[in-house]
Amino acid sequence: MHMPLEDTLGLNLLAANQHQADHNREHFDAWRLLCLNVMSSPGAGKTSLLERTITALTPELAMAVLEGDMTTQLDAERLEAVGVPVVPITTGRACHLDAAMVNGGLSLLRQRLDPSSLDLLWVENVGNLVCPAEFEVGEHRKVALLSVTEGDDKPLKYPVMFREADAVLITKTDLLPHLPVEIARIEAHVRQVNPHCTVLRVSASSGEGLAEWHDWIRAQCSEQLDNPNTDPSSHGDRAVLGQDYNSVPQLVNA
Amino acid sequence: MHEVDMTKCLLLSMNQWRQQHDPAVPRVSQVHLQVGDFTCVEPEQLVHTWRIAVQNSWLAGAELAIEHVPLMGRCVCCNATYSPSQETAYRSPCCDHPMEEIVSGRELRIRSVDYSLNPLTAPVES
Repeated sequence: MHMPLEDTLGLNLLAANQHQADHNREHFDAWRLLCLNVMSSPGAGKTSLLERTITALTPELAMAVLEGDMTTQLDAERLEAVGVPVVPITTGRACHLDAAMVNGGLSLLRQRLDPSSLDLLWVENVGNLVCPAEFEVGEHRKVALLSVTEGDDKPLKYPVMFREADAVLITKTDLLPHLPVEIARIEAHVRQVNPHCTVLRVSASSGEGLAEWHDWIRAQCSEQLDNPNTDPSSHGDRAVLGQDYNSVPQLVNA
Repeated sequence: MHEVDMTKCLLLSMNQWRQQHDPAVPRVSQVHLQVGDFTCVEPEQLVHTWRIAVQNSWLAGAELAIEHVPLMGRCVCCNATYSPSQETAYRSPCCDHPMEEIVSGRELRIRSVDYSLNPLTAPVES
């Protein structure tokens, strides 16, 4: 017998993760907060950027962080030091956060505070340009970082990550005078795979571009407040391909 | 090795599907997947992980059959489809425009399952 698992669309391979991610997002929407998933290769500057950003946006925005790390809690300690609640999620050998891990982090966070008091929840993913691109955690926006030291070819070598991102931050721009790299080429390569995303040049060290980055965050927060229950998985490449994740939960009501 | 986590997701979906036949246990010979080229999945690793994961389970012996789906874009200026590639920086060959619309290649889809219902475990008709 040859039977389709789902009559019209075909069940997405990651349906189980997506179901949990949608569940997380429903919580975020009910709490009226924005969730940003921050991703990059190891050492691109996620934690340094968050230190600067959280310091600058406190107390204007109430924030917390779910901090993914493979084995250590070093990043979590750094971010606790700037005065926000941080829940470390050690992933063990897993090279990305998945929606169930984030859900576990949310349970721990709720023991410490009422999430509806938050405006913005950061998810700092495990440093990796491959796996986190495919595993949604319930975020409203994806932010990908690429440092100038990584070379201008990375958007073409890891296209899925940069295609999926809503904003791409080119970080460590203060190092440009010391490097044989053209930032315009990095940006052009990002645009090749994702013509319409927001691209910003930033340096957590010199402060370049941080004002624009913070404005982008504010804009996303107010958009989320004005228009909650927006589901980013209902558009984008997979939805266009008839892989709208929203059509599958009846098959995976775990 | 996120193929391990992808296999876990796949097994969850398969377990859900099995429950539709409860108490019968479908004997699955093949699970047909579509995997697009523009995904972070290495099909060979997925097959390897699957074989290990289903050992000693109700899916023992079931094989993954993976259909590769090429990355195809659609040119914004002439509407023709083309094959974006890293070599050409994902440009449209007609007008050099960046990769705007993807028409295939992001698939990670369970298409169908080949199975039979084992008469030993099928419900007895009254």
